[in-house]
Parts: sequence; structure tokens; C-alpha cells
Amino acid sequence: MKLRQSAADPETPGRARPSGFALFWATPLGLWQLVFFLGPLLFLIALSFWSVRNYRLMPDMTLANWTRIFNTGYFWDGYLRSLWYSAVAAAVASILAFPLAYTLAFKISDRARLFGAGLLITPFFTSYLVRAYTWRTMLGAGGIVNDVLGFVGLGPYAMINAYFGTLVGYLTLVLPLVALLQLLSLAFIDRRLIEAAHNLGCGRLRTVFSVVIPSARVGLILGAAFAFVLCFGDFVSPQILGGSNPPTVSLLIIDQVRAGSHWPRASVIALVMIVSLVVVVSAAMAFAYRRPGR
Amino acid sequence: MNHDRIIGLFLRLYVVIIFGLIFAPIVVSFIFSFSADRFPSLPLSAFSLQWYEAVWNDPQVLAAARRTVIVGIIVSVLATAIGFGAAYTDYRYSFRFKPLYVALGFMPPLVPILILGLAMLFYLAQLGLSGHLYSIVIGHTVLCIPFAMAVIRLRLAQMDPALEAAAWNLGASEWRAMMSVVVPFTLPAIFAALFVTAALSFDEFAIVWFISGLEETLPVRVLNFVQGQASPRINAIGSFTFTVSIVLVVLAQILVLTRTGRPRGRIMGGGK
Repeated sequence: MKLRQSAADPETPGRARPSGFALFWATPLGLWQLVFFLGPLLFLIALSFWSVRNYRLMPDMTLANWTRIFNTGYFWDGYLRSLWYSAVAAAVASILAFPLAYTLAFKISDRARLFGAGLLITPFFTSYLVRAYTWRTMLGAGGIVNDVLGFVGLGPYAMINAYFGTLVGYLTLVLPLVALLQLLSLAFIDRRLIEAAHNLGCGRLRTVFSVVIPSARVGLILGAAFAFVLCFGDFVSPQILGGSNPPTVSLLIIDQVRAGSHWPRASVIALVMIVSLVVVVSAAMAFAYRRPGR
Repeated sequence: MNHDRIIGLFLRLYVVIIFGLIFAPIVVSFIFSFSADRFPSLPLSAFSLQWYEAVWNDPQVLAAARRTVIVGIIVSVLATAIGFGAAYTDYRYSFRFKPLYVALGFMPPLVPILILGLAMLFYLAQLGLSGHLYSIVIGHTVLCIPFAMAVIRLRLAQMDPALEAAAWNLGASEWRAMMSVVVPFTLPAIFAALFVTAALSFDEFAIVWFISGLEETLPVRVLNFVQGQASPRINAIGSFTFTVSIVLVVLAQILVLTRTGRPRGRIMGGGK
């Protein structure tokens, strides 16, 4: 597919020698992200083959870090646990967010929708750390939530230092984003499709499942994928709300760094994480953009 | 139909509950920041500003706050400038490796910040750039560029391409057209990008935690509070930074909404 040529400049074909003007605007991004974004990530690959002697990094070409990490049951446990935790969080966030996004997209006035979208953006500008910490005090043994539950004769439940706590933290992190992405994709659905479905005798639920969800598929999958990525890399919720035990893969990285001498092993784990994310996100995108009905 | 009404009512109730859950920690933290008790519990026994006082009298917190602001200002300017160039390049030109170029711009949010921080720690150390305030600036700029780029690109998408061409036909150079047509048109988005990236930088802790050495910023101070002896000071810091960030965001919103030709509701696909 040919990229849409910018109409502003029909006379300058894409292959022409770039002008100084063009280079002035294009170069900073390329340069900055190559040097300070791709550079560090590529360096991580080299680092994973280095060794550590007396708490000092030594350039090396050893596979020891890789074999060490790959032969540790502890790592695999943490890795698989993280995959599972993040997948569950992404699924729960998607399911919780959908009725919200659906209502904002279809059931309320334009003004209310704009206000709702504004409300969804707000949490991004509050401290995630503070929110996680507040959940910890709210969900703890003497916290508000258990107080309220006790009032109706339930509990107390041990909600923190367990996956439930981690999940609450993950949702705090990703729910607004997932809802926002879903809202954007739902808002772009052609209403005539929905009316057509109704006219053809589709029930409400059937319309949602056979018209709305397929039409918004890209946004729904994108939201879930983003949620997965963010949860997989987060170390705050598993630590503050999950009690670090059992550890997730992000906590393993921090352990390796904090222990003071295992940076190359931390790099190995980080690289495995990146590869996993690339695989998951590519699969999600392939699924999202696959041609329907084939 | 009555049936529809009941479902509509349920959905609205659901929306209120979910928003309640999303905002619960923010509101509760805000309330606790005025608590007179050492251990946060409701109802508050008395109203008190002691945690704000404690924060105000903590030189470490103040130094961290100063660094946060300095870094935030530099980062927002850098990221917005680079993001503008990238968005304009994407808008105006087509070239062979453009998909790669655009991907490079938008990729950073896909890499966990923890990993980005780890990678930068060693990479910047190799370059002799680690442990300084400008190391944090470098890391945050990488992270903020995609957001600036997205905000400005969205605005450029609303610009009639003929506008710039008309300026050239009237004899303006490319530079002149940029300064008197493109930049003024994009100005609201440029301000929005400045505020959004500043707010992002104000809150980022993972990269700073890895690469800053002793130059900790406010969020890292909070991280250390949270990981160590938890203290209600966290609520005071959180509520204060929240207020600052919200002011920035509201300013950005106003700028985007007032000068944009059409209301955003239309873009969101509104209408019944």
C-alpha cells in the first residue's frame, strides 16, 4: 500500500533529495530516539552477555547469564505468573470498561460524553503511587472497605498481600485507559449499522455482540493489549498491594538490580520481557486487523 | 419503552459505580491529607494541616520538588519541539522509511518503563551521562515525545493543506509559511503538548528511580516513602501534585477546546 501523499506538496515526490527545511524538522526525532531510545535497548542485548566481577560490570561474551536465568525454576514461575496475572487484569479491565464505554458512547448526550471522557483522562495526572498506597490503606485489615463490609456482616477479608490487591492496583493503572480506547472506537461506529440491525429484528444483546463489538474490535483489542503491556511491566502494585510474594517478573528484575551484582541477569529478564511483549502485541494487532469473514 | 428505560438506568448506575471506584483512591487520599491522626481512618477525628506542614518543612521533599519542576519544564519544551518536528514531518512528507520513522516516534510507551529505566541506567553510565539532572531529562523526553507528537499531529490533521500552499504561492518561503501559517494554527496543540508532557514528567518515577543517583525527584521521594515507613505525608504530596497537574490539564483542555474550529464532541462521533 502506498502511503497517502500529503496534498500540501504534490509537486515534491517522495524520492526527491530532502531539503534543508525538511531535514530540520525530521531529524531531531530520528536522532533523539535512535540515540536515547533504541540505543539503550540495544545496549541491553550486549549487557546480557557481560559478566560481573567484584560488583563491577565487565564486557564479556558469556552465555552464563542466559543459561543461569533459563535454568532457574524461580524465573519461569515468576514469568508465567506475570503472563497470567497481566492477562487476567487485561480481561477484567476490558470487561469492566465495556459497559462504561458503551453507555458513554451511545446512551448519553454529547456534553455528558465529553465530560465523561474528561473524567477518564483525569487519573493519568494523579500519582499512581499515591493511588496504590491509598488502596493499601483502604483494603487493609482496619481499612474502610473492611469496615463497610463488617457493617453488613461480612469479612474481614485479607485483600492485600494477595493477588486481589495486585489486581486492584493493576485496574487502578489501566481501567481509565482501556475505557478511553474503547470509547474512542465505539464513538466511531456508524450508527446506521446499529439501526439497520434493529430494523432487521436484532435484539439488544445480539446487536451488541454481532454489530457493536465486531465494529469496535480494533479499539477493544488495542485496549486489552495496552492493559497487558502496562500490567506486565508494573512493579508498584505487586509490591505495595501484592506484598511482593509471590514475585512477578518485574519484581525479579528489581531484585537482581538491588542485590547489587546481577545487572546482566536483570538484562536477560528484561529482554525476555520485551520479546514476550512484542509477540503478544503483534499477535493482538494481527488479530485486530485481520480481514473479517475470511 | 419501559424496558429500555430500566436498562438505561442500570447502565448509568454502572457508570457512576465504576467512576466511583476510579476516583475513590484520589478522593480518599485527598481527605486523609487533612487528617489529624497518624493512622488514616474514617471519619477523621479532626481537621489538620500537619502533613502539609511536615512536607513543607522537609528539605529533602522541597529539593525533590524543585528538581521535579526544573526537569518538567525542560522536558516539556524539548519533547514538544521534537514532537512538533516529527508531527509536521509525518503531515507534510512521504518518504520510504516513513512507517519506521513514525513507529520510532510512537514506540516508547510500548516498552515497560521499568525496562527503559534499567536500559538507560547502564547506557547513560557508559556515555558518562548518568546520575545527573540531565540524565532524567533525557529519559523523560524519550517517554514524552510520543504524546507531544500525537497531540500536535491531531491538530495538523485539521489543517487544510492548501493553506500552506497558498502562502508559498503568495511568495512566502517555506520557513516564513511555517512561522506565519503552520505554527499559529498549531499553537493550541503546542500549548496542550507542553502541559501534557510536563504533567507526565511530574509523575514519572521508574526511570528517575533507576538513573538519578542521588538526584531524586518528588515521585521518587514518594516511592521511597511508600516502600519504607508509610506516612500520611504521601497524601499531602499526592494531593498537592494532583492539584498542580489538574490545573495544567484543565489549561491544556481550555486551549485545545477554545481555539479548535469544531467542538470535540463531533470528533468523538457524537450525535444521535
